[in-house]
Parts: sequence; C-alpha cells; structure tokens
Amino acid sequence: MTDILAPTSLPNSLRSQPDAHGHFGAFGGRYVAETLMPLILELEKVYKAAKADPAFDAEFAELLRTYVGRPNPLYYAERLTEALRAKAEPGKGAKIYLKREELNHTGAHKINNCIGQALLARRMGKKKVIAETGAGQHGVATATVAALFGLECKIFMGAKDVERQKPNVFRMKLLGAEVIPVHSGSSTLKDSMNDALRHWVSNVHDTFYIIGTAAGPHPYPELVRDFQSVIGKETRAQMLEAEGRLPDMLIAPVGGGSNAIGMFHPFLDDPEVAMIGVEAAGEGLHRKHAASLAGGKSGILHGNRTYLLQDEDGQITEAHSISAGLDYPGIGPEHSWLHEIGRVKYMPIKDDEALESFQTLSRLEGIIPALESAHAIAAAEQVAPTLDADRIIVVNLSGRGDKDIFTVADALGVEM
Amino acid sequence: MADRLSTRFAACKAQGRAALITFVTAGDPDVAATPAILDAMVAGGADIIELGMPFTDPMADGPAIELANLRSLGSGTRTRDVFALATEFRARHADTPLVLMGYANPMLARGADWFAEQCKAAGVDGVICVDVPPEEDAEIGPTLRAAGVHLVRLATPTTDAQRLPAVLQGASGFLYHVAVAGVTGKQQAAQASIEIAVARLKAATDLPIAVGFGVRSPEQAAAIGRVADGVVVGSAIVDIVGSHGDAAAPFVQDFVAALRGALTTQAQETAA
Repeated sequence: MTDILAPTSLPNSLRSQPDAHGHFGAFGGRYVAETLMPLILELEKVYKAAKADPAFDAEFAELLRTYVGRPNPLYYAERLTEALRAKAEPGKGAKIYLKREELNHTGAHKINNCIGQALLARRMGKKKVIAETGAGQHGVATATVAALFGLECKIFMGAKDVERQKPNVFRMKLLGAEVIPVHSGSSTLKDSMNDALRHWVSNVHDTFYIIGTAAGPHPYPELVRDFQSVIGKETRAQMLEAEGRLPDMLIAPVGGGSNAIGMFHPFLDDPEVAMIGVEAAGEGLHRKHAASLAGGKSGILHGNRTYLLQDEDGQITEAHSISAGLDYPGIGPEHSWLHEIGRVKYMPIKDDEALESFQTLSRLEGIIPALESAHAIAAAEQVAPTLDADRIIVVNLSGRGDKDIFTVADALGVEM
Repeated sequence: MADRLSTRFAACKAQGRAALITFVTAGDPDVAATPAILDAMVAGGADIIELGMPFTDPMADGPAIELANLRSLGSGTRTRDVFALATEFRARHADTPLVLMGYANPMLARGADWFAEQCKAAGVDGVICVDVPPEEDAEIGPTLRAAGVHLVRLATPTTDAQRLPAVLQGASGFLYHVAVAGVTGKQQAAQASIEIAVARLKAATDLPIAVGFGVRSPEQAAAIGRVADGVVVGSAIVDIVGSHGDAAAPFVQDFVAALRGALTTQAQETAA
C-alpha cells in the first residue's frame, strides 16, 4: 500500500477522453451490429448538442435538486474513523468521509444517470425506454424516470435475478414497467444486457436504451460518466468547504463502474488525489469472482473493448459476486484505461470481507450500505490504518443496503 | 489462385439464378456432427457455406442460433476445432467457398494476425464479424485483407444513403443485406422492401448482394432470388439440427435441396 499516494506522471489532461471515435486509449469504441450504428451516431450528435445547450444542463440540475434530492451530504464517519485508529499504529488512521449517494431518491447513484438519459430520449423523440438490470437497482431507477417522463418502459432481468430480487421486481411493476425475465445463457446481468440489445436492434425506430453503467458503445461510457460526475463535483465542493482542501484519496466500488468514474473524473487532473476502484473478488481471485481487471484481459463485449473475464478462446466466463450489482464479467472502458496508465489503482475485495464491512458500517454509523458499497468500505478499512491520521479518504457510499438484507441474512445463516 | 467467392457468384449468374448460402453453427450439437452436415449442404446444392463460430454471448442472434451456440460450447467446441472443421472441409470440397461468421471477441482473442493466418491456412474465403462495424475496421479488416481473406460487410434497413459509402468502403467478397432490423431467425421482411433495398445497393456497388435474416422457406428463397445475387438461410437449418442433433445431416440435405430446387426452378421460369 506504500505506493498508493505516490505521484503519477500525467499527460496534460486525463479528463479529455474519449477521442472522437469514443476510444479511451486502447479501450471503448463502438462494437455493435450495423443495424444499431446509425442510432448510435445520432445519439452522439444529440448528446453533443445537449452538452452545449445550457437549457439541458439547467433542466438536469433542477431535476437532480428537486426530484433526486441533491446535493446529498458528505458525511464525516467519525465512529468508523476512530474504530480504525484504535487498531492502527499511533499517528495512523486516515479520516474517512462518506459521500451519501444512498440518500438519493431510489436509494443509489443510478438515478443520476437515468434522469440524464431520459432527457436525451425525450430530445430524440423516443417514447419507449428499455434497460437491463441485475439486482434491480438500475431497473427501479429506469422505471422511476419512465414514470416521471411518461415513457413506456421494459426492463430485462435475468430469470435467476427475478427470483432473487422479488421486492425490486414488484417495485418496477408498481412504477408501471414491464419486467421481462431473461432465460438465455446464465440468466443473470450479462444475459439481460444481451436480450436488451436484441430487443433494441429490433425496435431501434422508437426505443431508447438506458444503459445502467459507464460501458457499452460510444457515446454511452462518456455520457453516463458525465451524468454521474455530479458525484465528484459535489464531493470536491463539499470537501473544500469542510476541510479547506482536496481529499488525499477516493475509494469507490466498481462493477461496470459508473459511480466510481462519476466520483473520480472531476479529480483526475489533481495528482495529489489518489484513487482506488474496488473490484468484487467474490470467493477469491483463484476461484469464482467478478474482478475483470485483476483476473481478465482486453476483449470485446456489449459494444466496447475493455477488460473481460474470458477464456483463451475469448468465450466469456461467468462472474460471481455476492453483490448482484458487481456480478458482471466486464468493466467500463475508461476504467480499463485508467488501470493501464496507472492513474487509478484497483483493489479486489472478497465476498466475506464485504459482508463483514456491511455489518461494521451498520453498527458503527447506523448506515446499512449496499453490498456494492460495502466492498468500498472494506477497502477503506484496509487502507485507512496505513495512512497518517491527517490524511483524508472519501468513500462513495453508492447505495443503501435495504435491497441486500435477504442476501446478507442468507449468507449469515439467519432465518428472517 | 482464383477467388472462390467471385468464381461461384459468376457461375450462379451464368445459370441465371441466385447463389444459395447456407449457415450452420460449428460444433452443433458437437464437433463430430458438423462434417456430415457441411457435406449434406454441398450435396443438397448449397453454393456457399457459412460456418458459425460459437460465442457465449451472441447478441445479434435470435433464440435458434443462440441455442446452437450454447449447444456447441456445451459440448466443448474450441476455436481450434472450428479451424480443423474448415481445413477438413477445404480438403473435401476444393471449390465451395467457406465463410466464417461470428463475433469479434473469439476472432480476436489471440490477435487479428493469428486469426487471419488461421483463416488463410484453413482455406477460409471470407469472414463476417457481426459486431465490428466499419468504424472499427482497423481491429480486423486490414489484417484479413492482407491475408487475402474477404471481410464481408453488412447493410441493414437502417443503413441510409448517407452511411452506405462508409459500409462499402473496404467491403469485399459480397455485400450481406440484413433484411430486417432485428436478430436472426425472427421476423420476415416484406418482399417489396427487400426489392427496394437490393436495387438501392446494386446502384451503389458492383459486389454481389446476398440477402439474409428471416429467410425460412423455398418459396421465400425463390422470391428473393429473383432480385438478389445470393440468398442466405440460417435459422431454419439450425432448427433442423436442433431437432435431429447428430442425425441431422439427411434432413439438412433434403431441406437444402428444396431451397436449391426453388432457386433453380425460379431461374428456369425467368428464362422461359
């Protein structure tokens, strides 16, 4: 961990990616069937125009304020900090802040992106939206904005996940969405993305695909990042107000990586701010896991070139994480690039470590984190005691853990 | 060496009919079953063979071909098996063009150079890579073309006049017109829309135009054969393999013969 705060040699700006063709270094791009290309190109055009239009930004900001409940707080987790200091050597134990994304409407960062994409769908005149979902958080967020904007909504969800996440399935139905169970492949998140793409290619004329993470064909990784960057921008302003300086380190969980890139991006050009993306190591990197960077290699899936879990023939291997939101064999392309250039360090955290931190944060701070976020807490628990006490860490508490109580109870052998 | 694809399209044209292009997934239901199915296609009168490279996540395919992919991988088909099947096919059928169809990740897993060398060594004439649009041609196109292997481009109902030149840039072998905006084997395009699309494509290129997606019957094949240079039939054959498994070859041969018969009859009627 000693090199974590070491300065990195940087090009002029790390915030100017992707290039005109949607590449982040060797990653990203547009690897889709020809049928989708014209729509992808149109989306790029519409997004460029929206980005340049102050009215778009104003409407986005207003909805984030009045509907999502932003800005959400940056909270000093004093009891967690002190508990870690008690176990650290004297003078060690960084101060831990939590960025409270779990306080957003629908309980996670997902809604930020959904609001942005729904505004784009409206600009493109699309009356129908579709989305893929794993645990159901992105599905719920999409169904929510579909209700808000009066759009017809279909959610593709692996049949196994439909079974595992009944409360979220019911929420989506209450919000007026149709939930379509996906039986193909392994019946989990990657298969629901395959089926969402199949539906999209068959309905391109009237349907907008609200992708839930900073992955997929260009311009999705860029626009999802931009919509999620509100997390990092707020963190920056709030930290300057609270401490009068930037944090020393940011920690965020990474599945596809939208909450992490949203938090990291506004700080990429501040070399004094270290960053750790936390991958799901499942049962361990030599067993079943979902750590694409630690255990995968570069390949092409779901519209982008990025790190993927795959065998030597390029067949995609099944991911595993106790957290359904991290249970995906790929990662957003910008993370692959930031990993390769070394700007962000990526750290694997196992199921049992996340489970432990899930309980620790609940008891010490009265905050039940999502299992995804619990991975980031676990990383902070390992890193904070190695840093001096005057250092500051911000952990992205990307979602609340209510959805996970059944999974956690099951893992702990508790009958509810 | 004469180009097998252009030679075959020219021969079909001389007979006044469209080329019959038939698809099967390599290794479905297992690697041992594929040679007999390929031979049955040739015996039934297929002009060009499309051999599907299985992939875990075939997101441009409908349920029929998706299941075929999973059956193949489930029985242990590896990339080296696909190339072995191609090499053996080439040894048995010196003149029948063979086109590999699949997704970028299995093709590029060992690098574009490796893939192009394997194609060349196995006597593969062309490659259709579903998820590499012209914008990402650099991944695979230059390497294949340098090895003398065609990268077949796809045009779809959403490929408008403005975009068509980009699709044609670097296209070779033939142009594959995807008749429906959708996945393989699901909907069927209206004949009128196919005719308009083929006429538009022919005005823009001298490459042969093959039409596929949703072509399931001899009657449909014949109707498309009146306007196109080639007709691709995939899911209907894959369904036969799905039903009959290891014993599928004779059923495939009968079906391919019926398709070919319809194309030949249509050509004679047109000539008469």
